[in-house]
Amino acid sequence: MTEETLNALALLSNFVLVPAVAYGSQLALGALGVTLVYGILRFSNFAHGDTMAFGTMFTILFTWWFQSMGLSLGPLPTALLALPFAIVLCALFALLTDKFVYRFYRQQRADPVIFVIASVGVMFVMNGLVRFIIGPNDQNFADGERFIIKAREFKQMTGLAEGISIKVSQGITVITMIVVVAALFWFLNKTRTGKSMRAYSDNEDLALLSGINPDRVVMVTWILAAALATIAGTLYGLDKSFKPFTYFQLLLPVFAAAIVGGLGNPLGAIAGGFVVAFSEISVTYAYKKFANYMVPGDDWKADGLMQLLSTNYKFAVSFLILLLVLLFRPTGIFAGKSA
Amino acid sequence: MSYLIGENMTGGYGGADILHDCTIAAEQGEIAVIVGPNGAGKSTAMKAVFGMLNIHKGRVMLDGDDITALSPQDRVAKGMAFVPQSANVFPSMSVEENLEMGAFLRRDDISTTMEQVFDLFPILKEKRRQNAGELSGGQRQQVAVGRALMTQPKLLMLDEPTAGVSPIVMDELFDRIIEVARTGISILMVEQNARQALNIADKGYVLVQGCNRYTDTGQALLNNPEVRKSFLGG
Amino acid sequence: MKGSIRNIFYFSVMAGLIVLVGQLQSWNVALSILNLCLISSIMALGVNIQWGYAGLFNVGVMGFAALGGLAAVIIAMPPVREAWAVAGSGVAVGIGIFLATSIAALLVYRKLRKGPLRTVLVMLIVILGYVLLRIYFDPTTKVIEKVNPASTGYLGGLGLPVLLAWPVGGLLAGAVAWIVGKVTLGLRSDYLAIATLGISEIIVAVLKHEDWLSRGVKNVNGLPRPVPYEVGLQNAQWFLSLCERLGADPVTFSSIFVKLCYAVLFASVLLLVLWLSEKALRSPWGRMMRAIRDNEVSANAMGKDVTARHLQVFVLGSIVVGIAGAMLTTLDGQLTPSSYQPLRFTFLIWVMVIVGGSGNNWGAVLGGFVIWFFWIEAEPLGLWLMNFLTSGMAADNALRLHLIESAAHMRLMTMGIILLLALRFSPRGLIPERNHQ
Repeated sequence: MTEETLNALALLSNFVLVPAVAYGSQLALGALGVTLVYGILRFSNFAHGDTMAFGTMFTILFTWWFQSMGLSLGPLPTALLALPFAIVLCALFALLTDKFVYRFYRQQRADPVIFVIASVGVMFVMNGLVRFIIGPNDQNFADGERFIIKAREFKQMTGLAEGISIKVSQGITVITMIVVVAALFWFLNKTRTGKSMRAYSDNEDLALLSGINPDRVVMVTWILAAALATIAGTLYGLDKSFKPFTYFQLLLPVFAAAIVGGLGNPLGAIAGGFVVAFSEISVTYAYKKFANYMVPGDDWKADGLMQLLSTNYKFAVSFLILLLVLLFRPTGIFAGKSA
Repeated sequence: MSYLIGENMTGGYGGADILHDCTIAAEQGEIAVIVGPNGAGKSTAMKAVFGMLNIHKGRVMLDGDDITALSPQDRVAKGMAFVPQSANVFPSMSVEENLEMGAFLRRDDISTTMEQVFDLFPILKEKRRQNAGELSGGQRQQVAVGRALMTQPKLLMLDEPTAGVSPIVMDELFDRIIEVARTGISILMVEQNARQALNIADKGYVLVQGCNRYTDTGQALLNNPEVRKSFLGG
Repeated sequence: MKGSIRNIFYFSVMAGLIVLVGQLQSWNVALSILNLCLISSIMALGVNIQWGYAGLFNVGVMGFAALGGLAAVIIAMPPVREAWAVAGSGVAVGIGIFLATSIAALLVYRKLRKGPLRTVLVMLIVILGYVLLRIYFDPTTKVIEKVNPASTGYLGGLGLPVLLAWPVGGLLAGAVAWIVGKVTLGLRSDYLAIATLGISEIIVAVLKHEDWLSRGVKNVNGLPRPVPYEVGLQNAQWFLSLCERLGADPVTFSSIFVKLCYAVLFASVLLLVLWLSEKALRSPWGRMMRAIRDNEVSANAMGKDVTARHLQVFVLGSIVVGIAGAMLTTLDGQLTPSSYQPLRFTFLIWVMVIVGGSGNNWGAVLGGFVIWFFWIEAEPLGLWLMNFLTSGMAADNALRLHLIESAAHMRLMTMGIILLLALRFSPRGLIPERNHQ
């Protein structure tokens, strides 16, 4: 391979591959929460984006508190230390919403769309609480080391003109995602409670006949959904920044990921997260420099940015993927629960 | 006194009554079959016995205890098992997991029971790793019955177990049901295929419009000319 | 008729509240609230047509309202001659590509039978059209945006009367609704919800970033009005003599007079839409819609084309929302893309419909009034509440300052709680749907 090609690949890795893997992991964790709630409680939870914001807010508050006490994890962000506490609080709130909002409709066996509207109400409340407690503005709470590999170091190591940088937050995102997903699948496939959740999701009436306690299944589901939301939100916040409204907007890519993979299918949610993330980033990347490396000769220089879609419209990518899936395979890539 | 008896049950799904003074009983180790025309309330009678609908008159007794007020889940714990007519397996779970879920309430070792189920339905052992949703209709019914047996019930209730399966599979299923009864488990079964079902029945109930019309041994009902004429097609 | 007495009571209380604001705060404030109540009611009617008649969950109200706003700019603003002079041909090419793509896609859609082949072909045509637009039209947009960016930098509009924008806004919204509905209706209700959420975000993104079209975040100011200007009134002889006769201050009264003019316009539209909706609801068509909503399976079995009916009702409802969106931008006198927030433009309307009474047009109207009123008044009330609650703390207490500063966010939470309470304890709303048996 020529140096030009290597440079082009490094460029692409730096601006598409690395960010997309990190973003995809965050979306996958978010979509897992959506898909779990859908599989067990059978509705699309519109409050999930704001649950992510809600959980992340607690992470930030605990992080500030720990920082003020001088606690830290050295090179790792303090937020990791705060995360478990935030998960507990977020899960408690999720259980409260179930007790006061959703349980009533479950007993009524209400139509799924009523649950969706109720989740909009919960979304309002959570959104209001977040803005009330921490405010609507950007909060940056990442500390510790910034980079695993800096672009400059990469260039020195390889002698290439293009560098690849990997942020600590990106590394943590991927590792956390792998650990969380492995733990979740172990839980769902190997433990008694996890299997009972799958059974409940498969056939609610038969699960009841088998003596599976629905209240327990629902409770565990909310705890898992809140934990996944908090983890996804915290990782996203570490990688980018925390702003309540951004989290509301994450609802669209997260839902797109869950639907692409097949609602109710955990494996699909993960695949969907990466499909959405890679599409979004590769469609909004400006390929001008890349093309200049790939096409030899100095006389040929690409006009314009060679960007398929401006980053302003990144949400359009989620939307288009959603439309494509609905047009061709409404049950998602991995068959989900709905037709 | 019978092992299970639903006495003088009157009730329905909240609207008009479907059952009127209906009595159904099953003895230990015997097969009781409910037959009758469409809409006679056969499944309703069985669901009433299992507590899935409210009866406002009559009572249900199991082994001498009044269980009328218990929920279906509590009746499962008491030793009753119910196999619904449709949607009676967990389709995205393996055969083995289906059986495990059947034994959800048990905290003891379930491997012996599982071996017994596999002895009864050898095909399930072969397909234990396969998802139940991928099996044929007859195999799925076997999973459903197997799942119900995992609770080690004293009474097994089957809602039209042969609906939608071929005659050969039906005979096979009935053979297995007889085997189950021989182990001392009472069977209460609703059947559309009245003639074949009465053939294996110790006791038969013919329901019409939610009332008992004829009650006798299976053989006696088969020989009863009126029953033959009206319900068995001559 | 107990029901109608109750309804009259509700609406009188509402009128009384607005009069109270007029007395306590000022008539200017009261009329501003009234005007927005009227517009909100129309939006709520549009959503009620979709939800109440057909059970469709549209989470993209914001987008359809924004399309109405865009229509106001395109219809009413004077054209920017300079931009047209330098970019006219480019625009013509752009429109040509756009039309050619649309016609080609439509032709393929009409001629071919339903199936993957048709979908793929339509998509290829759309993608090709997009690429061509990017190649040939992008440079034109740059040129347009360079023309006097501080004051124009966009194409302007057609310079037609702004009232025309209201129906046009409705049509624009209806057209987009047709496309979205075509894809998502017939699938699970959640999918429609998520797809509409997506399309509304995209529409607002277009308004924010396509400067050549809408000036983006620079906003379009000074939309022509359908009613007189205050300054004009203050110099008009007839107005001054009217003021004299009423004993009113010309400056204050001119702004009240303008708001009254708007109120009359909005109220006429509201009554027209309401009349049409009621008529539709009582027609065989309305009966069929309700039959479908109440039992989709059996309606389907009876040979009703459920998906086609849903598409109809979805488009109709979106048209009403589009009209209301155009009216709102007309009232504001400016298009402010960044003001389109989903919580304010989508979910608030939903609260109106649920609280008012889904399936009942009068309920939706009442919900529009009640919720808008409290949305506006919640802020001063929240501030007052916070001041009251923290009155025991020192004036520079950090918690007190934070609470008072954050009082504005309380109303989001309040709306959420109102929605949840209404859904739980009064699911049929203030004015429940009548049983037309």
